[in-house]
Amino acid sequence: MTTDESSGGRLGIFARLKAGLSRTATQLSGGLTGVFTKERLDADTVRDLEDALIRADIGANLAHELAAEVAKDRYDTDVTERELRQLLANVIAKALAPAARPFAVDPAHKPFVVLVAGVNGTGKTTTIGKLAAKLAQEKKRVHLAAADTFRAAAIDQLKIWGERANAPVFTRGPGADSAGLAFDALKEARDANADVLLIDTAGRLQNKAGLMAELQKIARVLKKLDETAPHAAILVLDATTGQNAISQVEAFQAAVPLTGLIMTKLDGTAKGGILVALANRFKLPIHFVGVGESIGDLQVFDAPAFARALTGADEEPKQTMGSFRF
Amino acid sequence: MFDSLQSRLGGVFDRLRGRGALSEADVDTALNEVRAVLVDADVALPVVKKFIAKVRERAVGEQVIRSVTPGQQVVKIVHDTLVETLGTESEGLSLGSPPAPILMVGLQGSGKTTTSAKLALLLQTKDKKRVLMASLDVNRPAAMEQLRVLGEQTNTPTLPIVLGQRPTDIAKRALAAARVGGYDVLILDTAGRQHVDEALMAEVAEIKKLTQPHETLLVADSLTGQDAVNIAKSFNERVQITGIILTRVDGDQRGGAALSMREVTGAPIKFLGTGEKLDALEAFHPARVAGRILDMGDVVSLVERAVETVDRDKAEKLAKKMKKGELDFNDLADQLSQMRKMGGMQGLLGMLPGMGKMKDQLAAAGIDDSILKRQEAIISSMTKKERVTPDVINGSRRKRIAAGAGVEVAEVNKVVKMQRQMSDMMKKMGKGGRGGLMSALGGMNPGMMGGMGGQGGGMPPGFPGLPPGFGGKK
Repeated sequence: MTTDESSGGRLGIFARLKAGLSRTATQLSGGLTGVFTKERLDADTVRDLEDALIRADIGANLAHELAAEVAKDRYDTDVTERELRQLLANVIAKALAPAARPFAVDPAHKPFVVLVAGVNGTGKTTTIGKLAAKLAQEKKRVHLAAADTFRAAAIDQLKIWGERANAPVFTRGPGADSAGLAFDALKEARDANADVLLIDTAGRLQNKAGLMAELQKIARVLKKLDETAPHAAILVLDATTGQNAISQVEAFQAAVPLTGLIMTKLDGTAKGGILVALANRFKLPIHFVGVGESIGDLQVFDAPAFARALTGADEEPKQTMGSFRF
Repeated sequence: MFDSLQSRLGGVFDRLRGRGALSEADVDTALNEVRAVLVDADVALPVVKKFIAKVRERAVGEQVIRSVTPGQQVVKIVHDTLVETLGTESEGLSLGSPPAPILMVGLQGSGKTTTSAKLALLLQTKDKKRVLMASLDVNRPAAMEQLRVLGEQTNTPTLPIVLGQRPTDIAKRALAAARVGGYDVLILDTAGRQHVDEALMAEVAEIKKLTQPHETLLVADSLTGQDAVNIAKSFNERVQITGIILTRVDGDQRGGAALSMREVTGAPIKFLGTGEKLDALEAFHPARVAGRILDMGDVVSLVERAVETVDRDKAEKLAKKMKKGELDFNDLADQLSQMRKMGGMQGLLGMLPGMGKMKDQLAAAGIDDSILKRQEAIISSMTKKERVTPDVINGSRRKRIAAGAGVEVAEVNKVVKMQRQMSDMMKKMGKGGRGGLMSALGGMNPGMMGGMGGQGGGMPPGFPGLPPGFGGKK
């Protein structure tokens, strides 16, 4: 890994995103090419389409529905591969459209408190680092709170990101009470007149009741200082995760009302199709996708572009990239 | 979330009871269900297809055994084939002459660093090996520091951190240090990398060539979806993995990735990461993982954990007391703490076949292990006398106990009632009823435990009953 990429020049971003998404596209469209060599849209084609969607982690039920929707009015007609890809991309984009809502800091709250949660290893700390850098670029004063006091060296990791983003990091020793820490971090951020406070929490599996109660406690304690806090609660999901992401959203949503999702690690071959299932089911905003380890690799989620990347609907990379906003 | 395969197939096959042999059509109907179960469990689609074909071949024409339903019979075939595909019983590590390097590889966030420390702890305590750990992760901020801290926590020496070195240089330094220091094993933790990142994959291949590890272990998240095949395949092609360690097996996912990865690499699954604590690394047993994937529970693990946790002498003493119906609050406190040690209610239920639903219901009703803790607190607030002779607990004592435990009097009442009910139940059982977990769980159909095709369902002797009375709201 070359660290100088973290400077995130504009060209670099495009190149990386293109690389990341084209891999995503290759995978799914690899499946689709097999599908669309046939010209007649028959039962076999629909099943192959369904399989390609399952391989993208969309889930068996939704894959069935989407494939059926694509085939609905065109069953037993001849379609070209490109048409089918477009149709599928449109259907997916339609499912995703309500979810593509950007992350916005409400200046009415000072600081705007963001709680970042998720299971272990999804990339919470890295995402917070990138988000802090992004907000700092927008001339916002960002504070970070290292409330992951469990994982060894998580505090140090956040400190390094804080330095990169020029954001003060509120820390306490390993094993410190995370709710108390969050409380004091909010107090300090408020006294310092910060615009945003990003709270990094320890990774927790959603089926551990004790750990989920701990997360609730953080949110509860914040309310003692600011009744409206946390103003955003973001769940960070790993693109390689399969159907378990549904259970993750469900459980975290029950613990702390979520305001949005971020999906990381889309620079691999994982297609992140589970996002379609999540959007369909929970109607939660999807704010960003992560496509790499550097600061510039956190991209605003764009439903049509994501859908086209997933289905390989665009052959010309220029067109795909053009629709991405930064 | 999902009904177990058994109940899904039960419906399909009910009408077929009593037929001679499984017809092709019957099997196909059943296999559609099996396919859905496997896809829900995140088994990769190509692996599912291959697997289904294998099962189909075995199931068609099979004589229906009189004593079981066709559904059960297909489940057994599916289960056995799954066990077979998942591979042999836990293969340990094969480590040659010291210092034996072990290379840990995987995606970002799969749990390599934590697993490295768990493995070090296991090798030190169980195999009495002298272990050195070194982090070659120069990418993730503070990754080396993380391994150093974990080294302290597990009493494992770690290679001193020199900033600015390249991973290959660190690897050379680690090899030299392991040799000079007379270590048996050298665990090399590497940076997380996407399997499509050409530069990083080339780097790990170079590290492998340089260090000639005796084991190259792919650390993979059991929550992984369809991509598991691509990940495993890519790593195997570049660094020829010798084994797989699955992490986060304690999550609520059924872990189909295990099957996918095993199938595409042929490499054995060697260990499972089963918790956040550093001793939570277990040997792999195919039958148990198969049971999980099919949501058939994991009775064997439950029994094993019970054997590990339950103090035999205490259990025998308790059994005697139970027979006489003399169960006091000390015994109740013992049972509560035992239950917690065994993974709490959710942990226990998760391991019982077909109990997935009940677990979810409990969770939905807000019943969790904090109840166990509170009940323990209530008992702790009693005097010694009150614990041995529960009858003396009157109204004013209840008030005092409630204040001591920081709960409402109503909760104290519940615990007192629970003790009385248990005592009564034990008395009845002492007069010839059957003891153990089954009857204590009350109302649970014993048939749920049977018919599991090779996964023994019996409880070990002396296994204490679970206290009743958990049904109430908080």
